[in-house]
Amino acid sequence: MLSVTIHKRLQHFDLDVQFSVKDEIVVLFGPSGSGKTTILNNIAGLSHPDNGHIELNKRIFFMKKQKPLPVQKRRVGYLFQDYALFPHMTVEKNIYYGVGKKHSADHSETIRSIIEELGIEHLLSKYPKQISGGEKQRVALTRALATKPQLLLLDEPFSALDQATRLQCHEQLLSLHSKWNIPIILVTHNLEEAQKLGDRILFIERGKFIDSMEQTG
Amino acid sequence: MINENLSPLFLSLKIAGLSIIFVFITGVFLARFLSRREFFGKNVIEALFLLPLVLPPTVVGFGLLLIFGKNGFIGQWLLKYDIQLIFDWKGAVIASIIVSFPLMYQSASGAFKTIDERLENAALTMGASKWRVFLTVTLPLVWPGLLSGLVLAFARALGEFGATLMLAGYIPGRTDTIPLVIYFAVENGEMEKAYFWVAIIVALGFSTIMWLNWWTKHNVRRFEYEEKK
Repeated sequence: MLSVTIHKRLQHFDLDVQFSVKDEIVVLFGPSGSGKTTILNNIAGLSHPDNGHIELNKRIFFMKKQKPLPVQKRRVGYLFQDYALFPHMTVEKNIYYGVGKKHSADHSETIRSIIEELGIEHLLSKYPKQISGGEKQRVALTRALATKPQLLLLDEPFSALDQATRLQCHEQLLSLHSKWNIPIILVTHNLEEAQKLGDRILFIERGKFIDSMEQTG
Repeated sequence: MINENLSPLFLSLKIAGLSIIFVFITGVFLARFLSRREFFGKNVIEALFLLPLVLPPTVVGFGLLLIFGKNGFIGQWLLKYDIQLIFDWKGAVIASIIVSFPLMYQSASGAFKTIDERLENAALTMGASKWRVFLTVTLPLVWPGLLSGLVLAFARALGEFGATLMLAGYIPGRTDTIPLVIYFAVENGEMEKAYFWVAIIVALGFSTIMWLNWWTKHNVRRFEYEEKK
């Protein structure tokens, strides 16, 4: 369970949001520059709220008058827009970057199973420049899950893909979520995608939630 | 001509080598530090860093004399510890540092600005420490820029003449770097000697550039091309 309260002064408006996420997919939906990525960055620990409270499974990430939990200790998987794959490392090195040398056999088994499920075995020795957009997306997703995160943040993960690849990636995400059962926050500005993937949609504009929608079935 | 005393070559390499170590470390550190920060007065600081690039070396040498000379504030302080930079090879190191620093700083600063911060952020969210991120993500990606800065700065340090002459003077056996030797050889009409040292320094510069190009081709292009043949 993730609970988030953020107050933060941004350049053009104040970000002021409060929400919680169970083991479900919550979609942040809104126009560019409405504060969506800032929310993700605050949760991941790349930047901090001015005031508020962020907590995941009883572990406090941020609390007023306390030192924020460092980004490295939060165990949050973050899939960046444009994927941010390391261009100088092979796909395999990218995936295993966050996995310590002393990781357990059980852990490697988990990673192998994601690799298999997403069908990227044949890419392991390639460099990011040598693979397609959809493949990059899958590699980045595998990399984000490789550290066994307790929360997954997805920042417009499908926006650069063509329609067919996008649909395929949607299915893979839903399938992975049913196995992993962790909270997922997905940022998008594609309403169709939001409705298809989200258990809940939070509509955001200029830093405030203006509406929300529960999805059933 | 073969009998030529080679000590100016070794002295030049020693001076350029020592100054480049200092310039590389401080240049990379300051460029990295300043590339991610905006504050009042940053432009003035950067302009000061680059000033030696646009000033005549004699002006730089004059400034260094004022600071490190017997009456200069650092010069007086150093004299207490019996260290004298004027008319000494250590003075040539200082002169080389000042004139080559802007080249290193500018290359490093440009290289750090090309880094997509999301790459570093991605590494952080995967649990890597800041040091590990710097060594495994940032450094490999900026390395080509740092290397070209390093080579330019080294070449500049090796060829330094004006400021060195003003600060360290020309004392055969003590402060006679290659550029000074060439100048005074020509002045004394020792053309053979001048030819010899010109050949050495041209060969040195040429092979450095050839090596840099070769290295770049073999090590940098690897992940930049879409398809590996």
